Amino acid sequence: MPKSTTALSRRALLALGGTALMLASAQAQAQAQQTVKIGLILPMTGPFAGAIGRQIEAAAKLYMAQNGASVAGKTIELIIKDDTGTPDVTRRIAQELLVNDKVSFLAGFGLTPLAFAVAPLATQSKTPQIVMAAGTSSITEQSPFIVRTSFTLPQVTIGIADWASKNGIKKAMTLVADYGPGLDAEKSFKERLTAAGGEITGEIRIPLRNPDFSPFLQRVTDAKPDALFVFVPSGLGVQFMKQFVERGLDKSGIRLIATGDVTDDESLDSMGDVTLGLVTTHHYSAAHPSPENKAFVEAFRKAANVRPNFMAVGGWDGMHLIYQALKKTNGDTDGTKLVEAMKGMSWVSPRGPISIDPKTRDIIQNVYVRKVEKVNGELYNVEFSTFEAVPDPVKAAK
Amino acid sequence: MLSKPPSTRPLGAQAPSPAAFLQARAAWRWPEILFWISAFGLILLFPNRHLLLNEIAILGLFALSLDLILGYAGIVSLGHAAFFGVGAYAAGLLAKHGVSEPVTGLLLSGAAAGLVGFLASFMILRGTDLTRLMVTLGVALIFHELANRLDWITGGADGLLGISVGPILGRFDFDFAGTTAYTYSLTATFLLFLLARRIVHSPFGLSLKALKDNHLRAATIGIAPNRRIVAIYTLAAVYAGMAGALLTQTTQFVSLEMLDFARSADALLVLVIGGSGYLYGGLIGAIAFKLMKDTLSAMTPAYWIFWMGFILVILVLIGRDRLMATLARPFAPLLKLLGARRP
Repeated sequence: MPKSTTALSRRALLALGGTALMLASAQAQAQAQQTVKIGLILPMTGPFAGAIGRQIEAAAKLYMAQNGASVAGKTIELIIKDDTGTPDVTRRIAQELLVNDKVSFLAGFGLTPLAFAVAPLATQSKTPQIVMAAGTSSITEQSPFIVRTSFTLPQVTIGIADWASKNGIKKAMTLVADYGPGLDAEKSFKERLTAAGGEITGEIRIPLRNPDFSPFLQRVTDAKPDALFVFVPSGLGVQFMKQFVERGLDKSGIRLIATGDVTDDESLDSMGDVTLGLVTTHHYSAAHPSPENKAFVEAFRKAANVRPNFMAVGGWDGMHLIYQALKKTNGDTDGTKLVEAMKGMSWVSPRGPISIDPKTRDIIQNVYVRKVEKVNGELYNVEFSTFEAVPDPVKAAK
Repeated sequence: MLSKPPSTRPLGAQAPSPAAFLQARAAWRWPEILFWISAFGLILLFPNRHLLLNEIAILGLFALSLDLILGYAGIVSLGHAAFFGVGAYAAGLLAKHGVSEPVTGLLLSGAAAGLVGFLASFMILRGTDLTRLMVTLGVALIFHELANRLDWITGGADGLLGISVGPILGRFDFDFAGTTAYTYSLTATFLLFLLARRIVHSPFGLSLKALKDNHLRAATIGIAPNRRIVAIYTLAAVYAGMAGALLTQTTQFVSLEMLDFARSADALLVLVIGGSGYLYGGLIGAIAFKLMKDTLSAMTPAYWIFWMGFILVILVLIGRDRLMATLARPFAPLLKLLGARRP
């Protein structure tokens, strides 16, 4: 078989050539002294690229542009990688960042499974893992090196459950994305509402990938509850609202309540007037009335040409946490010292006053009740009531 | 070690006996030996890329498993990830519940996937390519949803947590740079490759090729198709399951993505790149695919999928063989020196 023999040899040679190229690129990443590297792993492709990846990337870059690329005598270098949405690849990327690039921080993590997959690496290598996006409560329990600057779903969900029971909602249905944060949201909403005397008449879970809401919304129409509580990750809100209107649920008298993920600032304005009056609870709104937020929103718009959402603020605060921790350790990049420095740290973020719980390494922050309103011709979540300094309720109850 | 290719025999000479024909095909050729020496050489050469190499070895094994049914038995499948996932979850659950020795876990996971493959094989006995595509796709979707729903066993969409994998054979611990992982995956891939090579160059392998070429004719000369298809499909499932188990053991994490449609599609793409029906296609395709993905996503984290698609379209439009021939032309003198013939 001469054909296959030579074909094989050509292929074998090509493979060798390919590996040689790989070596060259690896060797080029030479070590630089006095540089602190941050490995930022984000969803840069796929359905979560716009609402999570690009928002956090822009916020992190903006923070570095405003606060300088050096702290405590060290130059900060940001290495941005695409997580490709798969845990095994994310883990490999994190491991390579640790082994080859010698990063001192791992940061980002758009979805819960990705944060879970990297957690053992953070423990083994004693590297702080800053979770800037993922919102399942149990993430911080996976490694003593995980610190979170985003939020947890139970944290923002109990607010809307309280609001609902105070506003005469007795029978409610839940509709959540079928993964960690969604189940967290479903559970805390149910517990909180039933404790206040309410009733859950139906629980719907929709697949995270390629969600089609219409068959589920039909079930809601048939069951006619007082209210429908919704959690879908940021980025899927537009699709949900569209189908909600198409099914005529906006005129059915069923009240829609949600966590702020649905009325994500990044896409809220494109959802149209159907969202007017929609009540949600969340930890950040671009309309938050504070001088810190005004400056942040203005600078972010100039830099990224979009409105910052809660992911952006998570990225911004994550960078702030890293900078402050380095300042506190005087540039020492020992992971244990850095995490110790982060514990109990508090500052005023664009979202309001926040702190890192020294016990759980999770974030403590205000949760706001907001209503969608038109401000200067654009739709915004306007805050009208505040739950102050809310810890993650799941871990607080333990 | 070098064999004379059978087609160079003078015109009019007697056709070789089947045994001699098979023996000639089964003889080792120098590029093969070079391929495996360089694969093992990489253990020493690139200490900082072992994690990527580990992924390549596993994807290679997975594609090899698909090649067994696609390239040798002509069964098209869009759901090969089902077996990959079954193996992956089996390895994860074994490691979580006590069986932390990887080699034992690997064998048991392979067996679990093989059992599923055996049962599933009866569904693809009848029907044409299109029905097989649908059936295999459907089986994979069912397993994906099962893993999603049975979250008290599998961890659902969050993935299976708490997997701790012990040292290999009680001796070699998995290290941080991935050297043990790569050595382990490559050794497993190599051994399974040897077995596959033996099988496809056996009378059984030859009869599969006959079935692939013409199902009816093969049946009329006395080759029972069903038993052979069940056998090769089960074997391919074992291979895929072992690939999944390797990924679980070397990354210590299992999630729904193991059963994803994209994983089945990736394996097919790898075979499109590397070529099917000669066993090396999966391995070479895996190298090209992963390197391309890694390089492109490092260069443009946000737009690499575009370039990946672009390259694949070019590859298919121009044709792999023509492209490779052009690329290999500069090396022709070197190849000649080493004793290769031009086609």
